[in-house]
Amino acid sequence: MTEPTWGSGVSRRDFVEFALVTGGILVARPWFTRKGSALAEESRTATFGPLLELAPTGHATVVIPVPEIGQGVRTALAMLVAEELEVEWESVRVRQADAADDLGPHPFAGGSWSVRAYWQPLRELGAATRVALVRAAAAHWVVPEAECRAQSGFVEHPPSGRRLGYGGLADAAAAIAPLPPPPLKPPDAWRRIGRATPGIDVADIVTGRRGYGLDVRLPGMRRAVVERSPVFGGRLIRFDDSAALTVPGVLAVVPIAPIGTPEAPTVPAGVAVIGEHTWAAMQGRRRLAVDWDDGPHAAASSTELERRCRALLDSDLRTYREGGESPSSAAGMSVTADYVVPFVTHAPMEPPDCTVHVEPGRCEIWAPTQMPVAVRSAVARHLGVPAEQVVVHVTGIGGGFGRRLDADFVLEAVAVGQQVGAPVQVVWSREDDLRQGFLRPFSMHRLRATVTPRGELASWHHDQVGTSRYAFRANRHPGQSEFLAATWPAAFAARHRLRYGVAEFPFDRGPLRAPGNNSFVFVVESFLDEVAHAANLDPLVLRRHLLSRFRQLPWDEEDPVFDSARMLRVLEAAAGAAGWDRPRPDGVGLGLAAAYVFGSYAAHVVEARVDRETGEIRVPRAWSALDCGQVVNPSGVRAQMEGGLIDGLSTALHAEITIESGRIEQGNFHDYPLMRLAAAPTIETILIPSDAPPTGAGEPPFPPAMPALANAVFNASGVRLRRMPFTPERVLAALAEQHR
Amino acid sequence: MFRQFDLLVNGRPVTITADPAMPLLWVLRDLLDLTGTKFGCGMGLCGACTVHLAGRAIRSCQLPVSAVADRPVTTIEGLAIGGLHPVQSAWMEHDVPQCGYCQPGQIMAAAATGSQQAEALLAGQDGNLCRCGTYPRIRAALSSVAARGDAR
Repeated sequence: MTEPTWGSGVSRRDFVEFALVTGGILVARPWFTRKGSALAEESRTATFGPLLELAPTGHATVVIPVPEIGQGVRTALAMLVAEELEVEWESVRVRQADAADDLGPHPFAGGSWSVRAYWQPLRELGAATRVALVRAAAAHWVVPEAECRAQSGFVEHPPSGRRLGYGGLADAAAAIAPLPPPPLKPPDAWRRIGRATPGIDVADIVTGRRGYGLDVRLPGMRRAVVERSPVFGGRLIRFDDSAALTVPGVLAVVPIAPIGTPEAPTVPAGVAVIGEHTWAAMQGRRRLAVDWDDGPHAAASSTELERRCRALLDSDLRTYREGGESPSSAAGMSVTADYVVPFVTHAPMEPPDCTVHVEPGRCEIWAPTQMPVAVRSAVARHLGVPAEQVVVHVTGIGGGFGRRLDADFVLEAVAVGQQVGAPVQVVWSREDDLRQGFLRPFSMHRLRATVTPRGELASWHHDQVGTSRYAFRANRHPGQSEFLAATWPAAFAARHRLRYGVAEFPFDRGPLRAPGNNSFVFVVESFLDEVAHAANLDPLVLRRHLLSRFRQLPWDEEDPVFDSARMLRVLEAAAGAAGWDRPRPDGVGLGLAAAYVFGSYAAHVVEARVDRETGEIRVPRAWSALDCGQVVNPSGVRAQMEGGLIDGLSTALHAEITIESGRIEQGNFHDYPLMRLAAAPTIETILIPSDAPPTGAGEPPFPPAMPALANAVFNASGVRLRRMPFTPERVLAALAEQHR
Repeated sequence: MFRQFDLLVNGRPVTITADPAMPLLWVLRDLLDLTGTKFGCGMGLCGACTVHLAGRAIRSCQLPVSAVADRPVTTIEGLAIGGLHPVQSAWMEHDVPQCGYCQPGQIMAAAATGSQQAEALLAGQDGNLCRCGTYPRIRAALSSVAARGDAR
């Protein structure tokens, strides 16, 4: 499949020529596909496995196995290959991989695993290819390999002064590849890894050429929008399309049957309006008359859920983990508090969409998906065809945040495509996105701790009741809470006990940036500050003291060790940069928090100001530290720290999904607001130097931002906010409580 | 009832036939295949659809094509004339984008502010949301634009 002419991979020369031909209006040429025949043969590109190609010109194309959602993988993964391959960065291109079975260890965007998983394999690929190129040159010159060296896209033979570009050697090298990789370069030999590198797609993005799912254009392509039950789990009774069909540009109206089990459909029932273009389809949808049977969940209410959770907190809960022994003398301050974490949703800037072309026995898909291989399998199963007959192209993606880790929007498009025949692009509105996706779970927490004046935790009890973490279309896990390893801080107390209860609730829940941690960290890092305050201890001093109790503790299967020194280091780095001990003026507060997420240690210090008249919270400054092992692209990692912090602040200040009468009440950015530029803090980012293998950066900075803000608000105003979002109304109510 | 509209888009005359109520956003994206201008909310709240109408930033999802008349339309595809616009260059220099979806709208808003003052440039971005949180780098890019004093 050929990359579209306006995606990345267009050289400046190509672009200028194209623009001259069309006279300046860059009209996107349609995406086109080549079925069957190897592109490599047609353009004489040599391939080195599925992830690397060398052109006769010497340009290297790295095929990126992980979808790009803005986390910087197209740049970082290409850097890994380029480093060992010994090519100039400017000559490196990237192409997005289609779904395939040979894309390496982690061909989906999740778990902050991309650089971590491909750190070794992609460097080895570059190194092994370099060896093959050197061997090919040595054979050509009839000289010993040891006298040759590879540098900047050339193989040189210094004794004779000869050199050959990779382009001319590529075919010969491909014929002898794959070779075992040599030892990899030591860090002091790196020329690219560890250097701040601008995003490889930035030129395309700033000129509007980067193509996202919604930008796919195919000859004869229709557009479709889908009307779904406004009540969760509603069933289609009948619809009247007579008015819709009178809208010029509307071609057809077709029902979509639910896909999946009746209790938990992956795709809900819908009525699809097919049009020549998006506006026509949208106008047709407004003229539809649809009768829904509201179904079994028409009374679902988040306020009722909350009441039920509160009652369950007082009942028998299941023990999740416990340990330690109560100290003989239980002297100390007792602190207890209840916390509430609301439903939130993903709201990526690009609403869900998908383009499909369904033909007898095969299907071609262009999707902004985080999990192309899983999507291919799901579609193949649905259509009853072998996976090889389903081609999944991964487009640019306007934000993921976990939303694109569901096959729903793809399967729905396939269901539409089955009835259309021609290529069709299904477009979701912002209202569809906010109402028809899946949610981050709701949870309530009760914590009780006993702390000595010296900062020892005699006990740490944490009870949690909520909607299970993954009740997610076909993937239902009724028993999962927002607890993960939960080792910090509980296991640092003399005795700890964590218990949970699950409140049944029908709406789908699923992964949102740092699942589990995005709720849990807010609660424990806020409560830890409450404990510090009760013991009259500085929150940093308390954490220092607690962390000194154990150097390392077991964590989980994926990340076996929690290292107290690394946790403390990020706290100290953020606090140091913020001037933690420097007194601030009245009304200005600092708060800190840290978390261990997907193998990385992230800490923030946030400065907050609280307006006592309006209840508004302002966040002028923040300091973020991250220990993610070896940093591949500092610019990309800092971007994730800034973005994760802002995402956390925005979520803590504004985000809440409420449900009444089986319907999500929010619809667009007026009632589901996001932080705007004027409200965003100035952020100083501190990367902790490390030679540990790389761990995640996309998710770890998100969870600790929320308690850092809560702690800053407390420091600024004495108000302890235990429920997100921190709306002005809640701040004012808490201020009023304070003065009672 | 469909009507014919003669538009001037990125310096070229184009003629389209459409419902007069059709927002300019969809004319650009679906009738002219100029996909650089993005759809984010349909309510004028996110700014992803920002284009220039006679040099002023407007939310194209809120402007019916019948209201365009003979005012020139500039989209992200037409911003670079004989080289990148200073705002585009500043965006590249500061490695601003993450997912990039909001960035054409951000750039068009900044390019239309027409002031060399950092405060005015910042205020001009207020209608543009970024879900990825690139705001600190947008600020840095706008400071560069202001410092060079040629925001055009």
